[in-house]
Amino acid sequence: MVSATLPSLAEVRGWLAEIPDPEIPVLSLADLGVIRDVAWEGDTLEVALTPTYSGCPATAFIRLEVERKLREKGIDKLRLVERLDPPWTTDWISAEGRAKLEAYGIAPPQPAGGPARCPRCGGTDLERVSQFGSTPCKAQWRCRDCLEPFDYFKCI
Amino acid sequence: MTRDEALFEFALRMGDTALILGHRISEWCGHAPVIEEDIALANIALDLIGQTQMWLGLAGEVEGRGRSADDLAYLRDAWDFRNLLIAERPNRDFGHTYMRQFLHDAYAVEMLGELTGSAEERVAAIAAKALKEAQYHLEKSSEIVIGLGDGTEESHARMQDALERLWPYTGEMFADDAVDETLAAESIAPKPSSLRPAWDARVNAVLGEATLTRPESGFAHLGGKTGRHTEHLGHLLAEMQWLQRAYPGATW
Repeated sequence: MVSATLPSLAEVRGWLAEIPDPEIPVLSLADLGVIRDVAWEGDTLEVALTPTYSGCPATAFIRLEVERKLREKGIDKLRLVERLDPPWTTDWISAEGRAKLEAYGIAPPQPAGGPARCPRCGGTDLERVSQFGSTPCKAQWRCRDCLEPFDYFKCI
Repeated sequence: MTRDEALFEFALRMGDTALILGHRISEWCGHAPVIEEDIALANIALDLIGQTQMWLGLAGEVEGRGRSADDLAYLRDAWDFRNLLIAERPNRDFGHTYMRQFLHDAYAVEMLGELTGSAEERVAAIAAKALKEAQYHLEKSSEIVIGLGDGTEESHARMQDALERLWPYTGEMFADDAVDETLAAESIAPKPSSLRPAWDARVNAVLGEATLTRPESGFAHLGGKTGRHTEHLGHLLAEMQWLQRAYPGATW
């Protein structure tokens, strides 16, 4: 039986969870919620990925990294598919991912549309500098308590 | 016209409008008044070009002749482009660029919103993805139009001038043709004319807050959707397609 030699899906998910996001390396791809599905189709592993923002340049690197990691683990028959539906939402960032973001200095997304507090000092007197930031997923904010600017992971 | 012929044309219209507008605003990269605005325009351009990949990818798939999104973007000439004329209008000043963006974004949000309910699953999926970005862009462009319209005497005058120059290019967004009729009959896309009331309401509200006067003329320049473009598109393509034309087949 071929299937006896195939790694389990839990094992595959574990490997994918080790891959850091190329632009925010404290987050893993699992934290980010971009790996939508992992399945064996016969002896071919199919991994469904979803882009965060449609034009995010990191998407191509994520595909490369997933492929590199799985090849390294001995998976020869591999198919990466793009899944647009349902569209990625910041709600898919894991609780652990949100905590990691804040510890890294990026305020995690909030349904209210702005950061809850300054990721540096915890202050709540905040102002928006710009709706856009250094990557498609971020906006720039400033804390009026510690006067430091910080990135906010914008909510979509 | 078959369903797939119409869908191919429609996907080109959506993709080409996003591509040409995305390229236009990318021309601001390194030139915007302050760095935050430079980054904002580059980000919006990036979203639009991401949306282009999805729409032109679908167009190539529907056409079934093996053309990729890149082939369609880089290896067609002006008469094969199906973008709305407003997308190819030159940037002029920063305010003019944002007036064009606002008039487009207000349309894109309505069009994409309707497309999320499309009977064609691939169209609905792309629309749901693009809609989130379009709503964010509209928030930004509305703020700038209001800020500059209700700003200084100089900024107000420039925004009113931009509005009057761009207004004749807005009617094309809502002009139905055979492609639209075919897709509406199949519940794949709405008739563009049906989007007008919601667009009008949004535009009137923002222009009111911006203290700008909505032009009265109903004249509309048409042709972009069928490949009859202004002279500006050729110049834009010459720059955008230069590398693929000079070095055919070049890849990263």
